[in-house]
Amino acid sequence: MYLSVLDSRQSLFCSSVSFEQIGILHKRFKQLSHNEDTLRRDDLNTIPDLSCNPIRTQIIEAFFDKRNFHQNGEGTVQEISFEEFLVVMSHFRPPALDMTEEQREIIRREKLRFLFNMHDTDNDGTITLEEYRHVVEELLSRSGALGKETAKGIADAAMLEVASISMGHMEPDEFYEGITFEHFLKILKDIEIETRMNIRFLNMDTTNLCK
Amino acid sequence: TPSKPPGTECDGRDYPLALHSPTGSRSFLERGLLLLVMLIFLEGTVLTLGAASSPDISAQDNTGGGHDRRDDHRGIAGSHEHTNYTYTKKAFPVLSLDYHHIQVPFEISLWVLLASLMKLGFHLIPRLSSIVPESCLLIVVGLLVGGLIKLAGEEVPPVLDSNLFFLCLLPPIILDAGYFLPIRPFMENIGTILMFAVVGTLWNAFFVGGLLYAVCQIEGTYLSQVELLPCLLFGSIISAVDPVAVLAVFEEIHINELLHILVFGESLLNDAVTVVLYHLFEEYSGAGEVTPMDVVLGVICFLIVSLGGIAVGAIYGILAAFTSRFTSHTRVIEPLFVFVYSYMAYLSAEMFHLSGIMALIACGAVMRPYVEANISHKSHTTVKYFLKMWSSVSETLIFIFLGVATVAGPHAWNWTFVSVTVILCLVSRVIGVVGLTFIINKFRIVKLTTKDQFIVAYGGLRGAIAFSLGYLLDKDLFPMRTMFLTAIITEIFFTVFVQGMTIKPLVDLLAVKKKQEAKRSINEEIHTQFLDHLLTGIEDICGHYGHHHWKDKLNRFNKKYIKKCLIAGERYKEPQLIAFYHKMEFKQAIELVESGGGVKLPSAMPSQVSMQNIQPKKLPPAVAERALPQFTKGREEEIRKILRSNLQKTRQRLRSYNRHTLVADPFEDGWNDFLLKKQRMIELEKKMSNYLTVPAAPPDSPTMCRARLASDPNAFYNIKASSEGVPTIQVDLASPQSPDSVNMLNEFSKRGATDQGLGQREGATRDEDQGLMMKPSSAGKVEKGEEDGGNKNPGLMRCLSDPGPSNEDEEDEPFLP
Repeated sequence: MYLSVLDSRQSLFCSSVSFEQIGILHKRFKQLSHNEDTLRRDDLNTIPDLSCNPIRTQIIEAFFDKRNFHQNGEGTVQEISFEEFLVVMSHFRPPALDMTEEQREIIRREKLRFLFNMHDTDNDGTITLEEYRHVVEELLSRSGALGKETAKGIADAAMLEVASISMGHMEPDEFYEGITFEHFLKILKDIEIETRMNIRFLNMDTTNLCK
Repeated sequence: TPSKPPGTECDGRDYPLALHSPTGSRSFLERGLLLLVMLIFLEGTVLTLGAASSPDISAQDNTGGGHDRRDDHRGIAGSHEHTNYTYTKKAFPVLSLDYHHIQVPFEISLWVLLASLMKLGFHLIPRLSSIVPESCLLIVVGLLVGGLIKLAGEEVPPVLDSNLFFLCLLPPIILDAGYFLPIRPFMENIGTILMFAVVGTLWNAFFVGGLLYAVCQIEGTYLSQVELLPCLLFGSIISAVDPVAVLAVFEEIHINELLHILVFGESLLNDAVTVVLYHLFEEYSGAGEVTPMDVVLGVICFLIVSLGGIAVGAIYGILAAFTSRFTSHTRVIEPLFVFVYSYMAYLSAEMFHLSGIMALIACGAVMRPYVEANISHKSHTTVKYFLKMWSSVSETLIFIFLGVATVAGPHAWNWTFVSVTVILCLVSRVIGVVGLTFIINKFRIVKLTTKDQFIVAYGGLRGAIAFSLGYLLDKDLFPMRTMFLTAIITEIFFTVFVQGMTIKPLVDLLAVKKKQEAKRSINEEIHTQFLDHLLTGIEDICGHYGHHHWKDKLNRFNKKYIKKCLIAGERYKEPQLIAFYHKMEFKQAIELVESGGGVKLPSAMPSQVSMQNIQPKKLPPAVAERALPQFTKGREEEIRKILRSNLQKTRQRLRSYNRHTLVADPFEDGWNDFLLKKQRMIELEKKMSNYLTVPAAPPDSPTMCRARLASDPNAFYNIKASSEGVPTIQVDLASPQSPDSVNMLNEFSKRGATDQGLGQREGATRDEDQGLMMKPSSAGKVEKGEEDGGNKNPGLMRCLSDPGPSNEDEEDEPFLP
């Protein structure tokens, strides 16, 4: 069933992920959705391993964000099919060995776009200070009061840094709207995202091992 | 304009020179003169050395000399007795010469001095060091020194003695490497590294050893007396990539992190293989026979040697971390624990013939995060500095000694053996790397490209460890020892000179990715953390326990239990991001304070953007009100106090801190400039203080001045009496209600700034709209910024006022200059 879906759109995904691996993912999908055809937020919320992840809500939201479906959509959905599940997962596929510079750049942008979308919750094209503060707060949400207090300071310092890197000099009455995607690319140019944002999709079926 | 020499230390070393020529570049003549003086000095050193080391040799080599000396002593004693008897004659020796008394330490010092001077000398000739790697130059120096000693008619001392090498010279280098090992890339590539280190080294050893034996059997080479086992032993000695050589060369070519860690990690971890192979073959060469049982024992031995080494290192590392938990009252000896525990780890491992190198690496890597959280900032600097110093001196000495040993040693040159060794080493390395990469790439997410493979293969340099192992061989058991040594030296010279010198142009030619020099920004740190959690989460959703999952588990375990035991106080709760943030703001505070002295930093502060620029434009009053409720007046004053004392402290700390920084820091460039400006500042402040009729103001920051005022009631009075026309002066530290308590300081420094043309905003004393300027300016602005920022943004105020790491420095006061 899922193979037909893959033929149509996910050629990119298939190039580096085998059919067996997709089969395993499909199994996992069924397991999570309790044998339904669609997956809801609650299904992901109940994964025990995920419960101690500080950015759990953002991760789950990313699966229900239309922007991540390669369809130029906006807004969020309530449930996703396996196809959409795969599309979101495809952001984490490992890069091929012989990539040209162009391909590398495309993959890089795509992965960073995914990250950017996770931060830009209201989809206005910029990560505002409020949104950035939220991100840092979530990151530090597991470290108690200490984290909360510092989170703001960290976000402010980071924002200042972005502003100074991307704008250079600013007059006191100017206002930096927020991090645009171009600025986002710029500040993370030293993180080799194309080699780091990868998941190893196993050939082995480990679904019954995991909770 | 003449180009600046790359070695910054020669710029910073002598201020008077640089002060006279404000451009900073010394004329060529001056440099030449300096060099000449040094050469003469060196000549002297070398000659004394040659003369000095000769009695040592005679004493060591022929026991007759020793007897003579003992007789001498007895004679002296006898004469003493004699003089005692007769109570006469000899006047008390006002000046006597007893060289033997100090011979050994004196000679050691001479060698170290020579090494350090050579290092210094190379940086005076920037063009040479950009072409030839330092290691090559040092070997050449060693050759020259050895030659001079020989020319002087003396016997060359056996400097690269195995004991000396393994017990004194090697540990500092390895500890330095282990302590500063980039854990993250190392662990991410551990599989590849292990593959190269274990399988690759095994392959090299057997390939080289086996084929060498085959070549030796060919008629006409006159090598038929060489047996298989000695050949394999030789192969295992020559096949290991040497960490010292790799470090020396790779540090100069600035290759990207992945390749660096691959080659360097391999050179570290192959030690276990080399140790086991060496002992195995040495053992069996006597027995002459190998049974399958021995092979199994060899494998078990390998596991014990490597894992045992790691275990020993980890135990000592944890001990060191635990000890450092309690050192908060004796900061002086803090750094010592790091060194002593590591050295103990190394010695303990060596005692059982475990891998000492792996023990050191494990020890350094395990203790570092905990020790760093426990010890003071200053102790950390000390540790860093000492490690760098020791390792660089050791490295220099090792290369010089290699050169000397080459001149010294008896050589048995056999064209066939030597050339076949060199060729086989190259061939086996290439085949090994290509073959292993083929296998590894099936499992790697990020594949190794052909270029990468080339650099890994080409970077396989051999070094002094191989030489020392060869030197250890028993002359009686291995009659061909001298031939082996000659071949080893040739191979070392070939790799270090040919490969070491050509690797840099090749890297440029192939356009291999280089290392990014930029320091980590806070944004990168945030996103690295975010990415880690994201990948862990995705793995959990995918439903398989992968790399990230286990890393996350380990991190959580570490945080929950280990950190609690090993880190003192509350700091164990601090997540990585916050620790990073504190470090960063501490650095920024230093830069801000430093720039208060009047220097414009070249590029240290990129920011010309104020906090106000990123704040949402018009806060509704309600929101603004809500933004700062948690700060009562008392708290605010407290924060101010902390900030003030902090600035003062950083200022003081800076003076000791600045000259010792290891990494090239932005201040170094502006230092001379800074000195000039500082002088101007001092003059200016003197004028100011005259105006204020304050007894001569100290050259420090206005903050210091102010503190002094506060503590001296008389001075305080003086000011009050004569302060008409001077802006309000209220030195009232205690009162939390007085918002003007920092006013005097503001005015004071503002004047200074104005006179320098820095304070464009004259008269704008209470300019609320200014926002917090991140732009480095005068110290007054910092203080002011703190006030304004206090109203605008509590978060950033905390950024400046947070004591951060300086908290722990309170016990360090006696250290302050």
